[in-house]
Amino acid sequence: MINRTYELMFIVRPDMVDEELDKLISTLETAVTSTGGTVKSVEKMGKRRLAYTVRRFNDGMYILLTVEGSGGLIHELERRLRVTEPVIKFITVRIDEEQKRLDKIKKLRDARKKAVPAPAAAATPAAPVAEAGETAPLAQ
Amino acid sequence: MADETKAPVAEKTAAETPAASASAPSSSGPSSGGSSSGGSSSGGSHAPHRSGPRDSRDSRGPRPGGPGGGREGGRKFFRRKKVCKFCVEKIESINYKDVRLLAGFVAESGKIVPRRLTGVCTPHQRRLSSAIKQARNIALLPFAGRSN
Repeated sequence: MINRTYELMFIVRPDMVDEELDKLISTLETAVTSTGGTVKSVEKMGKRRLAYTVRRFNDGMYILLTVEGSGGLIHELERRLRVTEPVIKFITVRIDEEQKRLDKIKKLRDARKKAVPAPAAAATPAAPVAEAGETAPLAQ
Repeated sequence: MADETKAPVAEKTAAETPAASASAPSSSGPSSGGSSSGGSSSGGSHAPHRSGPRDSRDSRGPRPGGPGGGREGGRKFFRRKKVCKFCVEKIESINYKDVRLLAGFVAESGKIVPRRLTGVCTPHQRRLSSAIKQARNIALLPFAGRSN
């Protein structure tokens, strides 16, 4: 089932050339599509100072890759990243459950906004116990 | 008349000693469960403070009054009730990527600040702590800051 969404963040050494970086990203993308997944987004978060020294580097280029696919796909991607020399760290987080929860909250929030009259508004907060809330724009 | 003068004095001392003995063991933190019932039965001097969310320790942050977990420096006065920042501002998602948000809950040494100091509620503290650990793994937050 290809319904899992993952977020893969990795750090590339800072002295890497841009075009090499793009080559690396496109290699990963082809790996994703060949195993039947989809790349949702690629975000280059730029050079940042690392909180601690990793492989004798003090800063690095952060890249965030959001993919949709199966678990085997992530296995393959991580294997590639481990082998790739410029990549010094990576972390994969599964985000589809979190997305579902956030969407549920948003849906409830919208339903509550539409159904302004009291009886309808009283019914909806009863369902989610501690998570109902208004939108709060995330400061990232 | 002599009895009258003696009786209130005796009562007062009787009320004081159980209260004192109640506050002594209860100041040892979470074991205040047993001693608080003794305290409320003796003079009720601490009962109004304790009668609220007594059973579940995951209520709002440090309880008022020194005894009961707020042992920093032996303070005995009222600490202002801390509310969970995430509940108040309705921040739904705690991500490892927003370092600014997470850094407010990390001490200078890099340690995660306990819930009783920040006033965060339990589910949010759990998510916060796993987000901090993820951020540490990806070098967005340090494992150990400046050594003390």
